[in-house]
Amino acid sequence: MPSPDLIKLIFGRLTLESLPLHEPIVVGTFAVVATGGLALFGALTYFRLWGYLWREWFTTVDHKRIGIMYMILGIVMLLRGFADAIMMRAQQAIAFGGSEGYLNAHHYDQIFTAHGVIMIFFVAMPLVTGLMNYVVPLQIGARDVSFPFLNNFSFWMTVGGAVLVMASLFIGEFARTGWLAYPPLSNIGYSPDVGVDYYIWGLQVAGVGTTLSGINLICTIVKLRAPGMTMMRMPVFTWTSLCTNVLIVASFPVLTVVLALLSLDRYVGTNFFTNDFGGSPMMYVNLIWIWGHPEVYILVLPAFGIFSEVTSTFSGKRLFGYTSMVYATVVITILSYLVWLHHFFTMGSGASVNSFFGITTMIISIPTGAKMFNWLFTMYRGRIRFELPMMWTIAFMLTFVVGGMTGVLLAVPPADFVLHNSLFLVAHFHNVIIGGVLFGLFAGMGYWFPKAFGFRLEPFWGKVSFWCWVSGFFFAFMPLYVLGLMGVTRRLRVFDDASLQIWFIIAGFGAFLILLGIGAFLVQIAVSVLRREQLRDVTGDPWNARTLEWATSSPPPDYNFAFTPVVHDNDAWWDMKRRGYQRPLTGFKPIHMPQNTGTGIILAGLSTAMAFGLIWYMWLLAAVSFIALLVVAIGHTFNYHRDFDIPADQVVRTEDARTNLLAGAK
Amino acid sequence: MSRLKILALLPLAVALSGCNFIVLAPAGDIAAQQRDLVIISTVLMLLIVVPVMVLTAVFAWRYRQSNTAARYEPEWDHSTKLELVIWSAPLLIIVCLGALTWMGTHLLDPYRSLGRIAAERPVDKGRAPLEVDVVALDWKWLFIYPDYGIATVNELAAPVDRPINFRITASTVMNSFYIPALAGQIYAMPGMETKLHAVVNHAGTYKGFSANYSGAGFSGMHFAFHGLDDKNFDDWVARAKSTGGSLGRGEYLQLEKPSQNEPVRRYGNVDVDLYRAILNMCVEAGKMCMSEMMAIDAKGGLGHEGLNNTLPLAYDKYARRGTALGPEPAFVVGTCTPDAPQGQTTAAIKAPLDAAPLTGAGLKRPTFAPLKSSTSFFLGQRPKSDS
Repeated sequence: MPSPDLIKLIFGRLTLESLPLHEPIVVGTFAVVATGGLALFGALTYFRLWGYLWREWFTTVDHKRIGIMYMILGIVMLLRGFADAIMMRAQQAIAFGGSEGYLNAHHYDQIFTAHGVIMIFFVAMPLVTGLMNYVVPLQIGARDVSFPFLNNFSFWMTVGGAVLVMASLFIGEFARTGWLAYPPLSNIGYSPDVGVDYYIWGLQVAGVGTTLSGINLICTIVKLRAPGMTMMRMPVFTWTSLCTNVLIVASFPVLTVVLALLSLDRYVGTNFFTNDFGGSPMMYVNLIWIWGHPEVYILVLPAFGIFSEVTSTFSGKRLFGYTSMVYATVVITILSYLVWLHHFFTMGSGASVNSFFGITTMIISIPTGAKMFNWLFTMYRGRIRFELPMMWTIAFMLTFVVGGMTGVLLAVPPADFVLHNSLFLVAHFHNVIIGGVLFGLFAGMGYWFPKAFGFRLEPFWGKVSFWCWVSGFFFAFMPLYVLGLMGVTRRLRVFDDASLQIWFIIAGFGAFLILLGIGAFLVQIAVSVLRREQLRDVTGDPWNARTLEWATSSPPPDYNFAFTPVVHDNDAWWDMKRRGYQRPLTGFKPIHMPQNTGTGIILAGLSTAMAFGLIWYMWLLAAVSFIALLVVAIGHTFNYHRDFDIPADQVVRTEDARTNLLAGAK
Repeated sequence: MSRLKILALLPLAVALSGCNFIVLAPAGDIAAQQRDLVIISTVLMLLIVVPVMVLTAVFAWRYRQSNTAARYEPEWDHSTKLELVIWSAPLLIIVCLGALTWMGTHLLDPYRSLGRIAAERPVDKGRAPLEVDVVALDWKWLFIYPDYGIATVNELAAPVDRPINFRITASTVMNSFYIPALAGQIYAMPGMETKLHAVVNHAGTYKGFSANYSGAGFSGMHFAFHGLDDKNFDDWVARAKSTGGSLGRGEYLQLEKPSQNEPVRRYGNVDVDLYRAILNMCVEAGKMCMSEMMAIDAKGGLGHEGLNNTLPLAYDKYARRGTALGPEPAFVVGTCTPDAPQGQTTAAIKAPLDAAPLTGAGLKRPTFAPLKSSTSFFLGQRPKSDS
């Protein structure tokens, strides 16, 4: 029997009691996940796919593959985040009239915290980053991002954060604080367990990835645009991506710092956010929202970009008011830093401070309204094809205005005093995040899927998913608006007033419809893969679209463009088509490309191990991983095999294959 | 304005009769004014939201691909006139809403004492407002009535049409004090004081609760708020006086410990200094009060010696609890000051009628600022109360 000191050094505070064996729901989930995981592992081993995955995917520096991996991460985490959502809805639908429901406080409080954290950080962020990663270099005629290795590293850091959050489900517990972990509740005195540490380190690890990916995309957009593509000729999606990444780079360090201060409070007993010794929890609330509000625009701006591309393409028309669209985006970017206090009007700031932040918030609705009108007038005198991306866009326009309206309503401080923290607020932000961000992501996935895989998504199941999502959204969240007006607050586990139950049951039904929507979406992907030959697009331009990514093949070759295109118009590809563009067939040269590397995944793995060590006070593990992290990072600087040339004859083969395909299509 | 209200409420009332839309039909003047703002803002925004939704549907239908009769202008992408309209229409709405917000926020500032108890009914200057000190505990509410010397747990009562001045704090974590029928919410935070001024206009029993998640017992952290006429209120006070026990520092420390779904309790006798001690986080004997600490700091602090003026903390919410790598948890030890000499309270000490003998023979008169004012150093409590 080893000495207790040794056990403590190795395992820290992790003991057998930390495993949630007393929670049948968690044990059941673990059984399902473990079985699924083992099956997947076995299948990959049986089909000898590990080598392929490692060489072609895990170590890749190709922005397209990294983009696809981000999308897969986001979709997998959507399933987890949604499982949390439907458990909450079920609990709230049955916990009436003395019933405790089926979740105890310990479990329920983790679920709503995890739901928020996962949906924002590990669903919306990866999906948005994935689309930007995939599309932006193609839209600007670049061969990759500015820092391809960094891109791979960023992705794996995001995965590391997600792994930590998922691990908390089975090893220990997650935070029971709400998704922003306000102190004093999140401080050591009131949350002494590992939950908040999982929260902190999960976000810190993923945050490194997000920040670096933001820097990377800014550099890419600023430095790697094709000749002729001035700033005011960039596609709107690229513009919104640029603004989003500026927001990321300016705001994520604030999150990193505020979480670092919270961890100092929790680990070494400083008093930044404690009640006594000069600490101020209000400081945390301010800092976290200085990150938190721009975060909302980090998510929604790329969605706005997607809607601009989709509306213009499917209306067969130039985007109305390109310039005002760009200025609206930039104005939103700047204003998003001037509104954070509207998240806590009720903390007792003076009337003048509250009014200032209320009015700045309302001002944001002006450029947003202008965007809405721009999409409207893009449709005006167009020829609208109601393919799925366009359907999502229309659904967005009809849904988002409601969310925007309730948002402005909440920006009126006296109105906020009666609606703050109520289910009205919950309905509002789901209204803008689902109706804005998620609908946008679905539009974007449907729109660019043929570019990434060379075949379209199957429309029938897509429409099933669309209608389930849209109707499910209204069923799930309109009752919450109603409940908010009845003065029902959020995060309640049990209710006394039986007359409220019907509304929660309707909301639960809405969540069930959304479940069908998610299921139909997965079926849609499966059916599309099975029927890929019927859905095949060989032209590379299935939608008769307008921007540069459609100029190359689907999926694009590793090097994206054999010759860097020259841009003369902001709808570059439309302009090329109109002027009778002829694809060059000869004169190919070797193409200089970055080399794959496994360093990113190794560094991220070590970071995750270090974070795990810090969460459980396994100081040995933390120290060893930290040293290994430094060694690997320094070692990587001596790796001189970072690039290679794709030989000219290989480029010729790739391009000839495309020529044949195009000839066959005619 | 009232006609507008009725118009806006009519469809809702018809469709959802039987539901209790307390936010839209409150019982207090402040909440009613907040409701008016909700409705006016919504109507203002509908002026632009409805046309956008209609246009979306109309354009989507009219310019569908199969409708070849519709005009198609693929290169049309700019119109200065239209741009002017689409930027100025939302701007105009926001200018109106902004003005409304500025006025409404100042008029309905929870720190502002009431000027009226209902529309066209000014406050009766002769009638003192009801003072209530609110403490959010884990996970129940403590209400202290300093003027009556009583306290209650999870039950609040106030006379109809008499302004209420709430002073609000918390013992450990952040909560939000919210009675939808009465007035909007405000956070309750430890070591800090927030304020709320409100009045209830209709007798009845209403729900109050914490609107900010505060841990495991949060769901059960609600109370009944009774709007009573004067006689019933006096009876209610008398009942608390006669049936209740006493709430001193010791009883408070027991009460403060985390507990869930607490029943109503009444105390007929309350330590007059308790609220001040809770607010300054010095209910435990020997702890230095925040007001004292801030007064010392305001005069330059205790220097390096002050660092040693701490003792290990024995109890904090659940147990004594420290960080993994940091020092043991501690608290600052109180020093004897005129604010609370020998643990007695200022309220219990009578000022001497003539201070002259206190100076002693041949000694200079000691100078110290009146410590009452030090409470205004609190974060979250603004020194100036506006009216």
